[in-house]
Amino acid sequence: MWRRSPSFILDERRTSSSPPMADTTRAPFQNPDSISAYYQTRAAHHGVITSEWLSQAQAAVGGVSGDEHPISSLTDLGDGKSFNVIEEFNSWRKQPDLAEAVAAIRALAAVIRASEATTMMELEIELKKASDTLKSWDKTSISLTAGCDLFIRYVTRTSALEYEDFNSAKSRLLERAEKFGEISCKARRIIAMLSQDFIFDGCTILVHGLSRVVLEILKTAAQNNKLFRVLCTEGRPDGTGVLLSSELSKLDIPVKLLLDSAVAYSMDEVDMVFVGADGVVESGGIINMMGTYQIALVAHSMNKPVYVAAESYKFARLYPLDQKDMAPALRPIEFGIKIPTKVEVERSARDYTPPQYLTLLFTDLGVLSPSVVSDELIQLYL
Amino acid sequence: MESRRNPRAVVDPKVRQVGFFTSSQPDSSSSQLQQPDPISASASSPPVSTISPSGNSLSPVMIPPPRHNSSDAFPLRNAVVASAVSPSSFSYSSRRDFPDGSTTASPGRHSRGSFVKSSVPVASSLPGIGMDSMAAAKSSSVPASGLTTVSVVTMPPGLSEKASGMEVESDHKKNSKPLKEKTTKAERRAIQEAQRAAKAAAKVDGGKGPAVTSASVASTSAKAARPAKPTSQKNDVAVAAGAAEKKGGPSEKDRKKDAPHPRMQYDDESRVVKAKRRAVVKQTEAKNRVELFRHLPQYEHGTQLPDLETKFFQLDPMHPAVYKVGLQYLSGDISGGNARCIAMLHAFQEVVKDYSTPPEKNLNRDMTAKISSYVSFLIECRPLSISMGNAIRFVKNRIAKLPITLSESEAKAALQSDIERFINDKIIGADTVIVKHAVSKIRDGDVLLTYGSPTAVEMVLLHAHELRKKFRVLVVDSRPKLEGQLLLRRLIKRGINCTYTHINAISYIMHEVTKVFLGASSVLSNGTVYSRVGTACVAMVASAFRVPVLVCCEAYKFHERVQLDSICSNELGDPNAISKVHGREDINYLDGLTNNANLQFLNLMYDATPSDYISMIITDYGMVPPTSVPVIVREYQKEHLLV
Repeated sequence: MWRRSPSFILDERRTSSSPPMADTTRAPFQNPDSISAYYQTRAAHHGVITSEWLSQAQAAVGGVSGDEHPISSLTDLGDGKSFNVIEEFNSWRKQPDLAEAVAAIRALAAVIRASEATTMMELEIELKKASDTLKSWDKTSISLTAGCDLFIRYVTRTSALEYEDFNSAKSRLLERAEKFGEISCKARRIIAMLSQDFIFDGCTILVHGLSRVVLEILKTAAQNNKLFRVLCTEGRPDGTGVLLSSELSKLDIPVKLLLDSAVAYSMDEVDMVFVGADGVVESGGIINMMGTYQIALVAHSMNKPVYVAAESYKFARLYPLDQKDMAPALRPIEFGIKIPTKVEVERSARDYTPPQYLTLLFTDLGVLSPSVVSDELIQLYL
Repeated sequence: MESRRNPRAVVDPKVRQVGFFTSSQPDSSSSQLQQPDPISASASSPPVSTISPSGNSLSPVMIPPPRHNSSDAFPLRNAVVASAVSPSSFSYSSRRDFPDGSTTASPGRHSRGSFVKSSVPVASSLPGIGMDSMAAAKSSSVPASGLTTVSVVTMPPGLSEKASGMEVESDHKKNSKPLKEKTTKAERRAIQEAQRAAKAAAKVDGGKGPAVTSASVASTSAKAARPAKPTSQKNDVAVAAGAAEKKGGPSEKDRKKDAPHPRMQYDDESRVVKAKRRAVVKQTEAKNRVELFRHLPQYEHGTQLPDLETKFFQLDPMHPAVYKVGLQYLSGDISGGNARCIAMLHAFQEVVKDYSTPPEKNLNRDMTAKISSYVSFLIECRPLSISMGNAIRFVKNRIAKLPITLSESEAKAALQSDIERFINDKIIGADTVIVKHAVSKIRDGDVLLTYGSPTAVEMVLLHAHELRKKFRVLVVDSRPKLEGQLLLRRLIKRGINCTYTHINAISYIMHEVTKVFLGASSVLSNGTVYSRVGTACVAMVASAFRVPVLVCCEAYKFHERVQLDSICSNELGDPNAISKVHGREDINYLDGLTNNANLQFLNLMYDATPSDYISMIITDYGMVPPTSVPVIVREYQKEHLLV
């Protein structure tokens, strides 16, 4: 933004009162309302991540979760008027093993089930409305938006719907919705299987952030008796790396905790970098927890592969040109000491890693190179 | 070694040296240079067979010409040079018409027509490089000349035969000299007959006779061609008149039969000859053609228009709407990819409207042929852009897919509405979608740079301004077109804060830019952006400064071709545009040098920007990375068939 050229003074004067930076001057904890809901959810999930969570996740992968949670929409069927997507969504969201997007997909499937529409058009409009409400519930979450969009595309884009009567069409829709939910649920398992070929004995893996997919990958690798070592970044400010390292130590995987700033220092001994993603954007780049970009840069300059594990419901129709080109997701940062009010704090929670710094993406569609993401997206949305 | 370091001028730009030459004769080439008159030097420079310069005197960047050309290309080219230099108003192309003899309706016409045709394939089939190939060419061209002499003999005596005989004779002269012992009896006889015919013709001509005969005896072929020039002009007059009377220009059937490939290689002499014969627009070849770009048409500018205007009533097969558009292309009244494409499609709509199927013909086939002939006319006026090629493909596809059951009026209505839909959906509609996408990338406080005058970007900027986004525009421009000034005028009228600079200042001004918006003539499937010359420079500087480069391009301009450089396919503009500055007589340092053989002007129209320098391509299918162009091309073409 601030360039060297003197003629830019013109613009600076014009934009000096622009809001983006203004609110960050306030102390981070005085406005908890500005904290991204997405990160609230994540914080809640991190609170419960334990071994028992893992077993629960295991159960979820086995498809048990659908049974053990009495499907609330069934009860809602009776009083359809009071059906609320958000409530439905929140009830799904409480399951720590379920990603936000999968919860949204389940909630939308429930919308179809509860719908009293009598025509296809009506149903589609209803679905659209529900997904809009979900999306507006948390605008900063990429996977939520992407998951809703993909669900709508996947469910409604079938030509067979036009030739059938409404009830069978609806049941077909429901079928597709269930299938999509199931695919999304199994995605993690598929990714874990796909990535096994890339982990070899004796390798050292650098992990950044607490990604459930990455955890699944590492866990599967450990179960397959692979011998490898993990370096975890600390993951300031919410200490995601600390959580992940404790999980890994429970699995008897040798793990080492690093400062976020020690990445370049220890990159020499690293064989590959594994990160998750909040969202995969159209260029093939990823949006992920703050720090991913610099790790990718360091890895790229040292010729280490950077692997991204992301479910396909995180593919978003976004195309950020640079770091500032996305809606910022803000989060509180605890520095331990009081920060003078005049000091600005960068509270952005995520950054954008351009595709040229990524090696491969592990998705449930297969192992993709970054440029294929856009191809998949085009074919999906065209 | 030594010759490689020589300046390019040492290599005679008129003569293409082929392959590897064993014996180097540096003095022969230097003596050429020393000749005071560059024209006579080039004209009198013997063809490759005698000069045989060393192989490494080839400029490292020079493209070796197609091998099969080696035999007959050089005498022709020398003749071209001579004719272009002579003060006559008759152009190369009119001379070209002549050996066909198509209009004289003489009995020898047929075999004469085969002169050009027969010699080429024979030569091309022969292997051999350098001296070998020359020898091969000789042996191959001798039968050809034999063929022609037969025609000379059978033809009624007249001016035209004499001239042609002279050409033939001079042709074979230089060929036969070094290997007399190899020629067969029949060939020798043919040669003799040709010489006799030439002499007789020279006598008829009177004063020029001695020169011609001496030429035929001793001097090189090029010299022979020069004295022959005035006579052949006369012939041309007669021939042209006869042509106008009998046929009224090249027949439509002839035109449609072999319409020139849109990317014809203009250094392929035989193809050029064929194309010339059909050409409606008489283009004068530029004198000093740029070596690296010989495969592109290089014409004198500004000469065709009056000629074409006078011929308006002779061209009955041409639809007036197409004619009008062609003239507008030629004069530069319509420029810009979208404008040209829309104008062409509107002309085609007119064509469809006025069309009536001739008796005993099929609408689908006849109309396709008609469109093809119109397209070849448009190509003659100005090379097609890729977008136009795509549009033409669409139109032809629609014609071919017309159900046979439709009546003529129904078919015409369907076609017209299809073309209308193409314009509305693929061009105008696409632009609105692009604007919608692109505006989402403009933020308050942005400094946007644009180059030239891309219509899509202009719409983006205006719309962003309507949305009250606060941004500043840097319009970068370049000589000679200065299109940016038009854009600047329109932007300022709307109250947008603008800065105007020339491309020379790009590295200074790039500091303050936050985004670069560029237009494109075409996007190729490796992500290369083919656009106004200078775009690559802007994109590279921007990416060096880590400024995102956004390219706005409608998807109908995408093409599945792959291009790695700006050389293979390009368009050359008027060399005078870069040699002269209008209104500045004090700085016209190049006055009087434009005909210098050592000076070549290169006015490129387009360049190719590699995909590495492009952050995003904004199309009607959304914002995609340059790596995804093939997907769009694939999907689009599928849809293309369905539309």
